[in-house]
Amino acid sequence: MTTPKEAVLAVWAGLQERAIVAAMVDKRMTEDEVISELKDGMTIGIGGWGSRRKPMSLVRAILRSDLKDLTVVAYGGPDIGLLCAAGKLRRAVYGFVSLDSIPLEPHFRQARQSGAIEFTELDEGAFYLGLLAASHRVPFYPTRAGLGSDMLIMNPELRTVTSPYDDGEELVAIPAFKLDAALIHMNRADAAGNGQFLGPDLYFDDLFAMAADKTYLSTEKIVPTENLLDEGPVHTLRIQRIFTDGVVEAPQGAHFTECPPDYGRDEAFQREYAATARDPEAWEAFRSTYLDASSHADYLKALEARS
Amino acid sequence: MSTQDEATIDEICVVACAEAFRGDGEILCNPIGPVPFVGGRLARATFEPDLVYTDTVSVLPANNFPVGVPDAPKVVESWVPYRTVFDIVWSGKRHVMMGASQIDQWGNQNIAAIGDFRQPKAQLLGLRGAPGNLVNHTTSYWMPNHSTRSFVASVDVVSGPGYDRMRELGAPSNRYHEVRRVVSNLGVFDFQTDDNRMRIASVHPGVTVEQVVEATAFELAGTDDVAETRLPTDEELHLIREVLDPTGARKAEFR
Repeated sequence: MTTPKEAVLAVWAGLQERAIVAAMVDKRMTEDEVISELKDGMTIGIGGWGSRRKPMSLVRAILRSDLKDLTVVAYGGPDIGLLCAAGKLRRAVYGFVSLDSIPLEPHFRQARQSGAIEFTELDEGAFYLGLLAASHRVPFYPTRAGLGSDMLIMNPELRTVTSPYDDGEELVAIPAFKLDAALIHMNRADAAGNGQFLGPDLYFDDLFAMAADKTYLSTEKIVPTENLLDEGPVHTLRIQRIFTDGVVEAPQGAHFTECPPDYGRDEAFQREYAATARDPEAWEAFRSTYLDASSHADYLKALEARS
Repeated sequence: MSTQDEATIDEICVVACAEAFRGDGEILCNPIGPVPFVGGRLARATFEPDLVYTDTVSVLPANNFPVGVPDAPKVVESWVPYRTVFDIVWSGKRHVMMGASQIDQWGNQNIAAIGDFRQPKAQLLGLRGAPGNLVNHTTSYWMPNHSTRSFVASVDVVSGPGYDRMRELGAPSNRYHEVRRVVSNLGVFDFQTDDNRMRIASVHPGVTVEQVVEATAFELAGTDDVAETRLPTDEELHLIREVLDPTGARKAEFR
């Protein structure tokens, strides 16, 4: 004889089980499958910030593909630097490009100084509004940032708007960054594309995901949906699967950028990377050892073989 | 026990940076770079106790959190991921002290590029947050290499607009603009003149006005009766050396 309470619990358990099964849309793919969905000339957003939690295994997959003439939109770090060095970029859209512990990104600098790439350089807060506008499907967001500085001279396509209210203030209209695709890296995700950050800052990855037609998420580890709260509280679940189209499991997928709490930045490797900008031979060696690796698994093997 | 006579140039500059935040009250004190970091924390530890400051990653420490010792005990009072920092910028409750590769007599700052921005001789950081900072809240600058290459007649790119640009822009867009102070390795400068031109506020002990004038490519106001930058107090020296910067991170900018 079951008590009423036991009966309710039994029904609840059944519902929970069915709910889990129903939620399991499986979006798992490989890096190369993601890249095969991208096309020449696309505008691609890349999450993270500087040399922090960048989807590097996906960036390397672009490097070894035939893709070209890309526009990349990012709080730039070695993602932009590597794409510049490999000649993949037509244009970079950024507020800064930095390796953090090495303030200036050397490959990006070379590309700018040789005129190899077109560029859209914005205030880094204004950049956030471009992502936000695209996420919200409005043409622009207004801001005071840029008035008086050279931002409007460097970007003659930018327009100002006048407040329709009594104040009549003139503001800069930051246009929506329409992204064909976005690449982001999360500490954890489920196979359906719910992403979790466990580090100190989400950066703007949720906005990249919302701003893009297609979002591909790489993650340190794919976990069952029911385990997503094992390692972090509910407010770390900031990427919803309605905004993701592919999930790539890539342990150390952000290497050599930092991905706390899973790992810090590989500073020695970053120094080695930065030094390749001064020396074409070093770049070729770096490229053949690490960038030509045919998969993320092979990259990890090359890392292990480092003395 | 240390005495004021033994204060070194890095410590004098730290105190000069701290002084830039005097009177700011309960806002986000956001210096960038080792000497300004120590300066901001010194202001908070002494005469501006209501300031909040970041650990440069994502939280606001409520204790005297040292520079250059990331594992030091930290009492966290709030969380400020980058998105929140931008929100605070636009709210106005912030005073940033940035670096400047170039600055001119109106306080126009360049951290973006040297040469023509279309194909620069040297690409630097990019505009970063300078355009938004200047039109939203108080800004100061820290420049450890005072020379005619950094204090220039005309900057190559205006990242952070100065007073001439703001005059051109007019009201109401200019209402939150203030370039409070420029601290260099030679002296302290402000814009307290009738037309907001850069003025010598003080020269550091041992530095002459002639030295400053020679190292500056534009005409400075206030070259008569120049004051001397004040020395750190014994309490300040103790805080700088033992508490806020025990590893001497501030000294790296003077080598």
